[in-house]
Amino acid sequence: MTAAVFNTAVLRTEIRLFRREPGHLFWILLFPALLLAVLGAVPFFRTPDPALGGLRPVDAYVPVAVLLGLILGGLQGMPQTLTGYRERGILRRMSTTPVRPSALLTAQMLVFGGAALLSALIALTTGRLVYGVRLPRHPFGYLLALLTAVLAVLALGAVISALSRTARIAGAVGSAVTFPAMFCAGVWLPVQAMPDPWARIAGWTPFGAAARALDAAAAGDWPGWDHLGVPVVWTVVLTAAASRWFRWE
Amino acid sequence: MPVIEVTDLRKSYGGRPVVDGVSFTVEEGEIFGILGPNGAGKTTTVECVEGLRVPDAGRVRVAGLDPVADHEEVTRVLGAQLQRSELQDALTVREALELYSSFHPRPADWRPLAERLGLAPKLTTRFGRLSGGQKQRLFIALALVGDPRVVVLDELTTGLDPRARRDTWQLIEDIRANGVTVLLVTHFMEEAQRLCDRIAVIDKGRVAALDTPAGLVRRSTGATVISFTPSAPLDEDEVNALPGLVSVEHRGRRITLSGTDETVDAVITLLARTRVTAHQLRVTDATLDDAFLDLTGRPGPNEEVTA
Repeated sequence: MTAAVFNTAVLRTEIRLFRREPGHLFWILLFPALLLAVLGAVPFFRTPDPALGGLRPVDAYVPVAVLLGLILGGLQGMPQTLTGYRERGILRRMSTTPVRPSALLTAQMLVFGGAALLSALIALTTGRLVYGVRLPRHPFGYLLALLTAVLAVLALGAVISALSRTARIAGAVGSAVTFPAMFCAGVWLPVQAMPDPWARIAGWTPFGAAARALDAAAAGDWPGWDHLGVPVVWTVVLTAAASRWFRWE
Repeated sequence: MPVIEVTDLRKSYGGRPVVDGVSFTVEEGEIFGILGPNGAGKTTTVECVEGLRVPDAGRVRVAGLDPVADHEEVTRVLGAQLQRSELQDALTVREALELYSSFHPRPADWRPLAERLGLAPKLTTRFGRLSGGQKQRLFIALALVGDPRVVVLDELTTGLDPRARRDTWQLIEDIRANGVTVLLVTHFMEEAQRLCDRIAVIDKGRVAALDTPAGLVRRSTGATVISFTPSAPLDEDEVNALPGLVSVEHRGRRITLSGTDETVDAVITLLARTRVTAHQLRVTDATLDDAFLDLTGRPGPNEEVTA
């Protein structure tokens, strides 16, 4: 048996603990779909808009809701949980057992990554059932875009945990990063409708690029290597930074 | 063959030596105590044994293994209860026990362990809702759940009420009876005296003394304490001239002398010769507290508890 970075029992426990956290369930799983449902109830959101290439704002908002769940989980949920585990000596206790504390790190990434995908599914279903938003017409491209975004967000969350000494600091830093991330993902204004300098800047962030990739795949096009590549590059850089600075205690 | 070997261990934080040349060995099946004032380097020493810290210098072996280089193998033979370490608040007692036993290749059955530690009625309670004492008992259970050969307990009974403390001591004696070696960091003299076969008194990062509890007490300069209330005042000079006398203390009319067996004999003779009656005469052996005071020049760390 080698020093496992993955442990099924640890993962099962972390899933169970995630389910016991009402804040996680609401903000990560339900809130994005709820926001979509509420916005879609406004008649303006159901009127086709030439600025969005004839899409209704509610159509353009589905990828945004998908990214929102991911951002809230990866930048708010995970860093606070992980930093709390370190702060409270939970990682340390695990170091005294044959299981490595990295199993907790892996489990956390899988739990929050999985929650982001589930949240995306709920948002897509809500859009489809309530407002008749077409499901992505390039499902493989959509999934690929989503996965690259999940990886980038988790890597950014890991950097936040690495740099924050306490769960409180992780919460503050997470929030400070969450708002720009939400902006870039198009929560206030979909990326397609952003005026040029903003659209270009957002496009260099993993969130803006992911939003573009999701839009393309939703419309039935291949997301494009540029939009897929940006989150991948961020993932590589951020993962290197996180493993450089992460402390187990 | 010793199960734990620590040779000339050194560890500094920010240039300040915390552990400054500590050596000791613990034999198989022994309960070995580490006693010392706060900040003496006790916890750092055992953390090096647990492989949680990398020594600056010196050699540490647990069952012949290096706790840093062979960390994973060491975790299979060593169970640890850490001084400050919590669990996830929403985790129940049963889930914690099941999870941590799943980490070990041949775990102990956690049910009787939970029963012994009084956790059986709390199995479905979440960690965040446990009292301090219940948390502590759960940590002890988690240290033992892997059925280790060596168990390191740092501040074992902190936060436990007297009854739970005694039950825990009994449990430690029982696991030792099964051949488990116990390394115990403690604050409580009573605990050290009751449980330990040998004790290392650590002060300012060094081993100030290493002996059996009785040996430590015998070493202390005032090993025997005589106290009584004389029927008439005794001559000051004659008292001070008693052989082997270490200290004299007056409290009201009561007089307390510490010294040796020879002092006792001389006091009796003195009383008989001067025809003074000693009311409420008590002759007691010095305690580990006295020995500790002697060795470290400080009152025992739990002075306030025993007072």
